Amino acid sequence: MDDTYSRDGTRADPPYLAADYRSTQTRAPSRPLIVIPQTLSEITGPIYGHADARPEEADLTRQHAGEPLGERILVRGRVLDEAGRPVPETLVEIWQCNAAGRYIHVADQHPAPLDPNFTGAGRCVTDADGVYEFTSIKPGAYPWRNHANAWRPAHIHFSLFGPSFLTRLVTQMYFPGDPLFAFDPIFNSVPDAKARARMVCQFDLDTTRPEWALGYTFDIVLRGPDATPQDPDHA
Amino acid sequence: MPERTPSQTVGPFLHLGLAPADYNFRPLFAPVLAEPGLAGTHIRIEGRISDGDGNGLPDALIEIWQADAQGRYAHPADGRALGSNSFRGFGRAPTDQAGEFFFATIKPGSVPGPHGRLQAPHINVGIFARGLLKRLFTRIYFAGEAMNATDPILALVPLERRQTLLATPDAQSSGVFRFEIRLQGQDETVFFDA
Repeated sequence: MDDTYSRDGTRADPPYLAADYRSTQTRAPSRPLIVIPQTLSEITGPIYGHADARPEEADLTRQHAGEPLGERILVRGRVLDEAGRPVPETLVEIWQCNAAGRYIHVADQHPAPLDPNFTGAGRCVTDADGVYEFTSIKPGAYPWRNHANAWRPAHIHFSLFGPSFLTRLVTQMYFPGDPLFAFDPIFNSVPDAKARARMVCQFDLDTTRPEWALGYTFDIVLRGPDATPQDPDHA
Repeated sequence: MPERTPSQTVGPFLHLGLAPADYNFRPLFAPVLAEPGLAGTHIRIEGRISDGDGNGLPDALIEIWQADAQGRYAHPADGRALGSNSFRGFGRAPTDQAGEFFFATIKPGSVPGPHGRLQAPHINVGIFARGLLKRLFTRIYFAGEAMNATDPILALVPLERRQTLLATPDAQSSGVFRFEIRLQGQDETVFFDA
């Protein structure tokens, strides 16, 4: 059976086992994955229910009585597939820490202040051109216990569905020029430097709103159609 | 042509974005896929996900995708789907502190497979966690299902590993199945690449 979705794009992904990211050591499967054809179960996927996102959920600075502290930002981009086509009406879920580098999450023990006006969760649905936009504050860097003096570069978690089970993607968006890149085993789990650069947003003066917020652009490319030439004996 | 955005781990704080009920943010998805009145055989799947040391994962998220009781997917690529079908077929469950999760759903029907062969009833499973740099993909099949013997995907799995894909009925409660996910070790779950 011919593939519906490309397989080579997955070369950009990190391996399951990344020696410098300690948690992978007991969680990465030790046996090779079993390659299977893309059946109806894989080329379908959850697409209904995404329109349930509410407009106010795309603005993380308006979820409480007051405004969160920090540098106000807009993050805007397009969700595309590998053929360059926009992915319309797909759900984008994000989460992040506050400007001080602290997550509201119960498991976060970093002794930086919580912000009573910031939850750090958002969602929206792409428009007909695949465009999404969030308003938030720039997340801070924070320490973690992976190794001595380990700090995560500032990032926002992104979760996307796309049109099928196979297009699902969870990634992290980083900010340009972060001095912590060189020391972060999660960022560097992606082997190829050009692929790592695709996880970094760009500052954009046109997206920046005067007297209001700095603008960043971040396009996200999901798995796209298989571009392997058809086998003439099979067509 | 644009190139793929690489995958990254959900990290330990995934609940904030993906299962935010505890954070005063409205959850969109739930482990309950089927309301009581829905047509089909109602089942509950319970399981635990564990690491190479046998410890449960308190920071994992399991997503399932499945057909309805007639084997139809709520998706335009399935030409047999009914527009009126209220079953969306998608569920999401964070694990608890012990690594346990559950789904309340209906048993899927069999669905078409490659070369016109039917696939045995199954549920696609996606796994995210701290320490997983990309999603893991496995399938839940049902122990004792006659069609398992001819399923084209199970046929690709070495015989001695197939049992890791089988949900087993709970002897005590009817309609309850148990499905363990072992990321490493003796009975490491079979994971797929499609």
